[in-house]
Amino acid sequence: MQLTRRDLLVMGSVGMGLTALGVSPAMASLTDDEIAKITEGAEVGTGDLVVTAPEIAENGNTVPIEVSAPGAAMVVIFADGNPTPAVATVNFGPLNPTRAASTRIRLAKTQNVVALAQMEDGSFQKAMANVKVTIGGCGG
Amino acid sequence: MISRRDFLQVGMAASALVGASGFGNWARLAAQQALTQDQLLEFQTYGNVSLIHITDIHAQMKPIYFREPSVNIGVGGNKGAVPHITGADFRKAYGIEENSPSHYALSAGDFSSLAQGYGRVGGLDRVATVINAIRADRPDALLLDGGDTWHGSYTCYQTQGQDMVNVMNALKPDAMTFHWEFTLGSDRVNEIVENLPFAALGQNIFDSEWDEPAELFPPYTFFERGGAKIAVIGQAFPYMPIANPGWMFPEYSFGIRDEHMQKMVDEVKAKGADCVVVLSHNGFDVDKKMATVVKGIDVILSGHTHDALPEPVVSGSTIVVPSGSNGKFVSRIDLDVRDGRMMGYRHKLIPIFSDVITPDAEVSKLIDVQRAPYEAEMAEVIGKTDSLLYRRGNFNGSWDDLICDALISERDAEIAMSPGVRWGPSLIPGQDITREDIWNVTSMTYGEAYRSEMTGEFIKVILEDVADNIFNPDPYYQQGGDMVRTGGLGYRIDINKPQGERISNMTLLKTGELIDPAKSYVVAGWASVNEGTEGPQIWDVVENHIRKQGTVTVQENNSVDVVGV
Repeated sequence: MQLTRRDLLVMGSVGMGLTALGVSPAMASLTDDEIAKITEGAEVGTGDLVVTAPEIAENGNTVPIEVSAPGAAMVVIFADGNPTPAVATVNFGPLNPTRAASTRIRLAKTQNVVALAQMEDGSFQKAMANVKVTIGGCGG
Repeated sequence: MISRRDFLQVGMAASALVGASGFGNWARLAAQQALTQDQLLEFQTYGNVSLIHITDIHAQMKPIYFREPSVNIGVGGNKGAVPHITGADFRKAYGIEENSPSHYALSAGDFSSLAQGYGRVGGLDRVATVINAIRADRPDALLLDGGDTWHGSYTCYQTQGQDMVNVMNALKPDAMTFHWEFTLGSDRVNEIVENLPFAALGQNIFDSEWDEPAELFPPYTFFERGGAKIAVIGQAFPYMPIANPGWMFPEYSFGIRDEHMQKMVDEVKAKGADCVVVLSHNGFDVDKKMATVVKGIDVILSGHTHDALPEPVVSGSTIVVPSGSNGKFVSRIDLDVRDGRMMGYRHKLIPIFSDVITPDAEVSKLIDVQRAPYEAEMAEVIGKTDSLLYRRGNFNGSWDDLICDALISERDAEIAMSPGVRWGPSLIPGQDITREDIWNVTSMTYGEAYRSEMTGEFIKVILEDVADNIFNPDPYYQQGGDMVRTGGLGYRIDINKPQGERISNMTLLKTGELIDPAKSYVVAGWASVNEGTEGPQIWDVVENHIRKQGTVTVQENNSVDVVGV
């Protein structure tokens, strides 16, 4: 992964763990499995959590994404069409003024970028954005 | 959200003049008009602000013929909505009389014979006359250029856009946004923009390294007009590095970025904007959607998809105004801006009939100066056409059929591919084909004609990928071009299927055999977005082919079977 100044700022302030969360082969989607493991079956709702990503990637190898998660203690980001969907886990401390992070990720093909947020009260929220990866050409 | 009718009535309450552009009125009035310059320019000045919109000129400085599409299919929520109705259906929807000037200017059908009668369209010297007339009415009218200006002709290529910069500067635009300009390469674009005497806008032009707004292209600018504060926000073509070669401008990133657009709208309103105008190169359906997602835009001046509509389309509480292409139209929009809001509008799409509108002498001369060094090369007659040569259409155009024939015969290929671009004037039967005519439909900075082997499977991947750029039901995933044109290859397309399932029955026309996914085929094409593409320039390939033909005849193309319309 290529790190930019902005990414380093994010890492400096919130501490981002770029750890693969371990992939288990399963019948359902790998991302759903990962989410189930984290939530341990708790209900997942929606709220102010927003994933911002380009509708169509300019370069699938480095797609800028941004997660805004007001009130979150932790956000886990997945790319649900990648062989290893887990992208990053971002932990927010009480001193973080804004609960937002941005980075760039590699997307193998057209897929959803999924964010799971654990809120400060322990509840979960999920949001996603579909990013198309295309071979390009032929602009009017 | 207020409906279109409500919107007009809101305007009516403020002023009885509003409502003059109710559906169909424009066309009936136009059909009754004899064709004189005064009548083309006739406009009851309204409100306190005038906008003049021109877009997608594609470097056409001289009058040309331009046939509008007969096939322009809408999908999803835009099925059957303008501009996705064409020909007789279009004329019926707007009450346009058959064979009237509006028929010729706005729709396909009997094009060749009407072209004989009504003559050429466009010419920036005629455009200058129209702009001057509007400025005579309203001296501080804003001239806004939607982009695709510094691309598309022999002289534009040879001068790296300088010819268009010089002529447009004489028209004195107030702001501009961009698309094909970037294919000049970022060094050249930066060089021109640094010296532009007007605003170069793009709220979605970002620095690709930092993903921050690019400094050279401010998101918006303010104009004080008629006692009102008008904010003009720029929106460049969102998919430039995808639809065009991103390696030519690696420092820049684009995208729709509607959340940033909302921020900019909120920002200009906080700074006291009474009226918010977006100068857009999104394409019409993307603009229509953006108007419902982003709150607070009054007017979107819409470019990129080359649509020309005789009246604005209301989306949400925004009017969307598309103004055609190739110098064929100028839109005038008068606004009544009072008490911090837009109270009403009056609009006219002015067709530039070249034989009716007197050219502005000064701009005429300036155009000649730009062309003089190249006039001899451009004027050389390469051949003649028996057929109408045009480009627009979702699946093919006769110009592209000819280009595909040239690729197959000159590059010894089984299959040809030609990009689904929407620029390029038409030629009518009996016309000579000059070198300039060939460049008008091929000129670009990445025109190398490649020849390579592709498997049947990969060819299908290409067709599926491009089809989804047009027929994805969500406009935000549409890039605004047409389907890649194929020569030597037929196929069936079901436009309602998802990507990967639209294309079937791919057939090698030469043998009638179905395409074998595992087999390799020799494919010739041009305008690859990949760096390092090798081959002769496409205009040379086409010129050689036409020269050998002498007189060109293009047969009707039935090789694409479209289902699900």
